[in-house]
Amino acid sequence: MKARLAPAAALITLSLGAIAPPVLCADADPELDSLMALLAQRRHGEADFSEKKYLSMLRQPLESSGVLIYDAPAHLEQRTDRPRPQSVVLDQGIVTMQIGQRRRVLRLADYPELAPLIDSIRATLAGDRAALERVFELGFSGTLAHWQLRLEPREARLAATLKRIDMRGEGDAVREVQVQQSDGDRSVMSITPRE
Amino acid sequence: MMRPRVLSLTLWLALVALSTLIVARARYSADLSAFLPRSPSATQQLLVQQLQDGLASRLILIGIEGADGVTRAQASRALAATLRAGPGFVSVSNGEAASQDKDRQFVFEHRYQLSAAVTPERFTVEGLRAAIADNLELMASPAGLSAKPLFVSDPTGETLQVIEQFEGAAQPRREQGVWSSGDGARALLIAQTRAAGSDTDGQAQAIALIRAAFAASHSPTAAAPSASAALPPRPTPAPAPLQLLLTGPAVFSVDARATIEHEAVRLSLLSTTLIVTLLLLVYRSLPTLLSGLLPVASGALAGVAAVALGFGVVHGITLGFGVTLIGESVDYSIYLFVQGQRARAGSADDSTRRALWRTIGLGVLTSICGFASLLPSSFPGLAQLGLFSISGLIAAAAVTRLVLPQLPLTPRVANLTPLGSGAARLIGRARLPFSLAAALALACALLLFHDRDRLWNRDLSALSPVPAAAQALDASMRSDLGAPDIGNLVVVNADSEQAALQLSEALGARLDALVSQQVIAGYDSAARFLPSQQTQAARLASLPAEETLRARLAPAAASLALRPDALAAFVQQVASARRAAPITRADLAGTSFALGADALLWHRDGAWHALLPLRANASAAGIAGAGDIDIGRVRAALAPLAPGQVLVMNIKHELDALYGSYLAEAVHLSLAGLAAIVLLLLIALRSAARAARIIAPLLLAVLVVGAGFTLSGTRLTILHLIGMLLIVAVGSNYALFFDRRAADRDRSALPLTLASLLIANACTVIGFGVLAFARVPVLSALGATVAPGTLLALLFAALLAPRRLMASP
Repeated sequence: MKARLAPAAALITLSLGAIAPPVLCADADPELDSLMALLAQRRHGEADFSEKKYLSMLRQPLESSGVLIYDAPAHLEQRTDRPRPQSVVLDQGIVTMQIGQRRRVLRLADYPELAPLIDSIRATLAGDRAALERVFELGFSGTLAHWQLRLEPREARLAATLKRIDMRGEGDAVREVQVQQSDGDRSVMSITPRE
Repeated sequence: MMRPRVLSLTLWLALVALSTLIVARARYSADLSAFLPRSPSATQQLLVQQLQDGLASRLILIGIEGADGVTRAQASRALAATLRAGPGFVSVSNGEAASQDKDRQFVFEHRYQLSAAVTPERFTVEGLRAAIADNLELMASPAGLSAKPLFVSDPTGETLQVIEQFEGAAQPRREQGVWSSGDGARALLIAQTRAAGSDTDGQAQAIALIRAAFAASHSPTAAAPSASAALPPRPTPAPAPLQLLLTGPAVFSVDARATIEHEAVRLSLLSTTLIVTLLLLVYRSLPTLLSGLLPVASGALAGVAAVALGFGVVHGITLGFGVTLIGESVDYSIYLFVQGQRARAGSADDSTRRALWRTIGLGVLTSICGFASLLPSSFPGLAQLGLFSISGLIAAAAVTRLVLPQLPLTPRVANLTPLGSGAARLIGRARLPFSLAAALALACALLLFHDRDRLWNRDLSALSPVPAAAQALDASMRSDLGAPDIGNLVVVNADSEQAALQLSEALGARLDALVSQQVIAGYDSAARFLPSQQTQAARLASLPAEETLRARLAPAAASLALRPDALAAFVQQVASARRAAPITRADLAGTSFALGADALLWHRDGAWHALLPLRANASAAGIAGAGDIDIGRVRAALAPLAPGQVLVMNIKHELDALYGSYLAEAVHLSLAGLAAIVLLLLIALRSAARAARIIAPLLLAVLVVGAGFTLSGTRLTILHLIGMLLIVAVGSNYALFFDRRAADRDRSALPLTLASLLIANACTVIGFGVLAFARVPVLSALGATVAPGTLLALLFAALLAPRRLMASP
């Protein structure tokens, strides 16, 4: 269901990278391509995260924190410790969610309305710029050492709910993901790699 | 002399005309009902009804293979759109987002009727606080942002609650937005036909519609990319063209009908050709040949007419069996013509002719005894075979006896005396001592006894005309679509739809307890798709009035840091839900709930039936599981509820019992047939010894054939058993000619008797032998039993005949 699926999207946004050969175009922005290649090299990563969701209906932001674990090419976990333990695991296209007593197993491909979003974000982290640009306008700024990547939906259907995703990173590490919704609500996730 | 001739010919022609009329106007059916029992127990009746007419029988599973995933998905959408637009189908599902959205919308709009969590407690201050806190937790999860729109309308999470009620049902995999097989290589659709499952013509039309729609949307021109000219030629090979796969009970019925029709025609032609060729070697003129076939044709006509009159409908399979009649009824004219040679040669007198007819007449009677035992069979196919054969044999014998001699015809028959004498000499040399025959019989009997546990094929599907490959395709598409192998069922019988739903709900409460005790993993129920009006009304009544809800919501929201106006939409929607009416079956139209409800709830003949399929714990024994439910505990838990209306059954067990009762019935019928034949012989021959001499070679033949099947690893079915009965019924014709008293009368007749028996037997072996190659298992089992069996019966009858009988004259 839509409600239960989005986590996968959010989750993959946070993916520390996926493995795929970067596709280089003749007119490619060389720095963006370098970033893609860099992200694609990452095989494994663990990071602490803390997230704040700013929702208009709540008087205060919802806060949560936990651990992100990534294994190339297709395994990603988001384990939330606070306020209550929850977990979302993406493995080979299958999403397993455990929230309270509820456990759900979903196949990502079963949800075509979300697939472009998810695939595009996956493509970003895998360095597949061509696939990415089918769905989003990309905006790269900064340097490889301190970069920002802005993803804005091309299609109106997606843009109706999602305004943009802003990622900020240092080298091959994603440090922050901000999701801005069209109705003004937003979430900010800070990521601190474990060494 | 003139008058009896005119009388018999007139009578015959009148009967032929009448039969032709009946045959021409008869109804023919070639569906699978010939293989379904007429009068099983109430439980089994339900099963059979479901097989014949239930929702399952109206579902056609469609697969699209070839090309690539995108092309398959396009094909799936195009096919579904075409079929939905036409009148032939109630629904066509292919997993498209559009239909999924429709389901979600339906659940969302009717969440307060459908959610089992809607109780008065849920809407107290504390209940609201707990439910909302629970769903806020979801908001904090990674799902948070997209769960938000749903949360403001449904903060207590009823939509998710309803979705979770269906959680157990596996969902097919999706590729490119439409259902696909587990490996992603085949797009899948389910079409529900408007035609009833038992309406084979309607089903055939539906199948033709699907094929036409598929062909139209994927003609080569439509599939070719419009810009292909602009593209450089591709080095890669062209993708495989799209292929359409169809399966399901309706497809099986239609295919089976085609196969049976095709086989009946093909086999009849083949055996007729072979038999005519053989007869041409014996009958040296066309008139002789044609008049020799006259009894066969008359018999077949009379047989079909009798079945049409007796059963109202003639099964195609009966016509297939009818091939067998050719083999037997052609014998009579052979006896008449061949033995008539002697009469014309002046070496036989009236008493010899009378003796011949006595023997033939007794043979006809023994055959009738054998076939008569099929009449009470629960298999309509077998009962029809019995009636067909009896009337066919009587007609054939009567035409041979009363009509053929009246025809202005001098039969021209090849001189068969050398053949007969040669056979007599051969048999005279190769005697089978009684002790050896007894030893052979004993050995076969011991072998059969030793293998008694794996003698019978106890699987009902052994009789199914559906080829194994088609069954395998069906199983794979079914499992891909998430249709579980239904192992155990709770069946509800009630007077009304509401009573059936209420009982389903009561059972559901007890089954929920069994789920938490881990006796079962889960269950399906129509009441989940369509709760009883009573339950829905109670749920809606537990929603508080607008002011009350607002008052209760304020403290709950405040304690959760929700802004006061955040849940305004919720308050409004609850208010309108309170005014809503309970949903009815009609409201489900257009959603996949309709299919779910119809599959689990239906009415027939004024009674309502509901099914609650049970799911076994996967942890109990891997993934299989259908048999892993402790059905005794389920029965015990459900026993206190409406005892007469609730049945707990294991499908496998019921089907086994069904087949077991068939088999037991067939054994009883065969034994009764055998007893009738023995009794008939005792009465006719007035000598136990002579009767025993006639029966002995027949039983020996049956034992050897049975042992042969065991040795070759073929498990016996009912049709093998019926075939054995036929060995006795047909073989007795031969054995009677070797009866001492009959043969003693005129030993010079022996060579011709032997020759005519050889030819008659060859015709029977051809008729049944051809049947053995049929692709319809019931036909091939019968053929494979009777062809070798009758050959052996003749052989043993000759080898066991009294020695002096065989001494060359």
